[in-house]
Amino acid sequence: MGKRSNRLLPFYYDEEKSDDMTNSRSIETKLVQLGNLSDPRTGAVSPPIHLSTAYKHTGIGESTGFDYTRTKNPTRALLEAGIADLEGGDAGFACSSGMAAIQLVLSLFKPGDELVVPDDLYGGTYRLFNFFEDTYNIKPVYSKFESVEQVEALINDNTRALFIETPTNPLMQEFDLQVYAELAHKHGAWLIVDNTFYTPYFQRPIELGADIVIHSATKYIGGHNDVLAGLVVAKGAALAERIGFIHNGSGMVLGAMDSWLLIRGLKTMHLRLKQHDANAKAIASYLEEEELVTDVLYTGKGGMLSFRLAKAAWIDPFLRNLKLITFAESLGGVESFITYPATQTHADMPYEERIERGVCDRLLRFSVGIEEAEDLIADLKQVFGTLRKEVKNEAAY
Amino acid sequence: MKQHIETSLIHAGVRDGYENKKGAVNVPMYVSSTFHQESIDEFGEYDYARSGNPTRDALEKAVAELEGGVRAHAFSSGIAAVSAALMLLSQGDHLVITEDVYGGTYRFVSKVLPRFGISHTFVDFTDLAAVEAAITPATKLLYMETPSNPTLGITDIRGVVALAKQYNCLTFLDNTFMTPLHQRPLELGVDVVIHSATKFLSGHSDIIAGLTVTADEKLGQDLYFIQNSFGNILGVQDCFTLLQNIKTTDVRFSRSAESAQKIAEFLATNPVVEQVYYPGLASHPGYEIHHSQSTSAGAVLSFRLPSYGAAKALVEAMKIPVFAVSLGGVESILSYPAKMSHAAMEPEERAKRGITDGLLRFSVGLEHVDDLIADFAQALEVVGAKVL
Repeated sequence: MGKRSNRLLPFYYDEEKSDDMTNSRSIETKLVQLGNLSDPRTGAVSPPIHLSTAYKHTGIGESTGFDYTRTKNPTRALLEAGIADLEGGDAGFACSSGMAAIQLVLSLFKPGDELVVPDDLYGGTYRLFNFFEDTYNIKPVYSKFESVEQVEALINDNTRALFIETPTNPLMQEFDLQVYAELAHKHGAWLIVDNTFYTPYFQRPIELGADIVIHSATKYIGGHNDVLAGLVVAKGAALAERIGFIHNGSGMVLGAMDSWLLIRGLKTMHLRLKQHDANAKAIASYLEEEELVTDVLYTGKGGMLSFRLAKAAWIDPFLRNLKLITFAESLGGVESFITYPATQTHADMPYEERIERGVCDRLLRFSVGIEEAEDLIADLKQVFGTLRKEVKNEAAY
Repeated sequence: MKQHIETSLIHAGVRDGYENKKGAVNVPMYVSSTFHQESIDEFGEYDYARSGNPTRDALEKAVAELEGGVRAHAFSSGIAAVSAALMLLSQGDHLVITEDVYGGTYRFVSKVLPRFGISHTFVDFTDLAAVEAAITPATKLLYMETPSNPTLGITDIRGVVALAKQYNCLTFLDNTFMTPLHQRPLELGVDVVIHSATKFLSGHSDIIAGLTVTADEKLGQDLYFIQNSFGNILGVQDCFTLLQNIKTTDVRFSRSAESAQKIAEFLATNPVVEQVYYPGLASHPGYEIHHSQSTSAGAVLSFRLPSYGAAKALVEAMKIPVFAVSLGGVESILSYPAKMSHAAMEPEERAKRGITDGLLRFSVGLEHVDDLIADFAQALEVVGAKVL
């Protein structure tokens, strides 16, 4: 192997440790370069899709490092190494959906274990937690997470982790990850963070002390509403090994095609997120001024926001009259989506509990796409114009 | 030890180190348009994916091996392969081509080639004397399709090759209907074999693809020059799909051909059917020649009903086959050549070739043959009640 061949070894891949220069590269550069120079034989700039389930062994006990594609696939391995690097973790695991990623992480726990979880949580995660509680006695303990003391009061000898989405879905609450990492570690527990809404571009939880990061990569990482996928990143060799064991043992792995699509999605993630962020800011300002809107829930960062209409009865005509923005479940894609959590993402949460948690019937969640912001605002304006006429008509009766 | 082609079908794609250092059983899909180069004065095997792509390369090498050639080229459609091969001709050249040719080839030869100053004569290739009579001093190519589409006419490949040698012409043969498993034109002296790989080689009615194969390195390089200059290459995903599907060509084709024989025999005894065109029937005029150069009668047959009305009634009464253009899929496909594969041909040209208003083509799929025959039986009964 000459000097040139060494240069072909990617900075995030293979046993070769990355040097100082590659480590100090900005996240934008890492995203774009993901998978490049990963195939020294051909020099392919875009990595190949390895649709091979099995790999030839040269002899007994001799492996190329790849045996059976569930255990390790070259295309998936690039994605996994890439996300681990982007999140500042030690190992990445690509799963067949965001929920599969959460299931993978929940498989770390034993009967009797407890997790402290904020009230505001994606409905699918809530449903899976209920299942784990009913079936395995692995218990979610919910808290409003208003203060560290409030959370600490719920921690006991069985507490194994704090499981946090930040910002939360759909109420957009943010938590101080450093503070909660310290709290978790003080009690010998892990901090697990669902980083779907911010991605490593806006937030790197492991750098703030988290032990495990989860993504529904279907969202901003894939970014084109075309691939269903989940990612898990672990800090530390011991945790990585345990998660790796379950990943291979239960087999919720991501296919090679979808892995390649995520690599491709990551290459433009920073550009997309910049535009999502700029558009969301413009729309949040517009909604703040709109009199038919009572609250706008926006952290000031990223492409997600929620808002409440003054009356639940307006939700249906609002959604019906949208012309550009799509009324659909999911988020993080280039196309703008508005979701009605009450009947979509949180349909599985009992009514009282949903209302108690603030996911009221007037709440809409907006995944702001990367269309021209003016066009999105024009669509909202025409919807509110229609609503205003209805409001007047109602007043006339 | 020389391997059987059935074995090569399975392993040809990953020979020669395509599995690279990872040992993958399948060739990876190189979805990369460009390739990093090691130095300024020495480029690697791949630089730009139009010029060469590892996945396409694996396919091309596999197909060359299967046809017993030295170079193969993969194109974005069957007609892209046909047109690329025909671009080996130059202004002023003339070709003699079988009149019973696929409609798309007919269109290219009769409507596009003349604009480049390349002339042609359509001839009945079942008549070698007629082929020889059509050869002029400008003739550079004899173009065969055997069995032909849609009337399954048989060309004497050896006879045409001998004429080509005598008159210093190239020979092309469209081998789509037989696949390299059952007809090996390069071994009979043909210069370029052409495939619509959309058909039996891919076999799942899934991709559009074409192939050329040559036994001569120089001719292969000339075709590569055209492929790279025109850019009518096959995309990576389709190359991968084709490589995977080629592995089952033998089992698919064998079963379909077995069924085709039974269906042809069944149709031949039905009073509503005026004629069955299938080289597996001893009554077929090309039966002996076909079996001297091929090892299967194939999986496509045509049959003639008395009228347009009868054909229409049959199409409407058949329940199993897809009524569609194309052939060679796992699904049986019933086609109406006059309005489908040969719609590009003028009515009088069609009539000359026996593509009558009552002619139907049947590509036999992998359904159970008894079900297909039962479907024909009930449909022909309906037709019989209407027309007899």
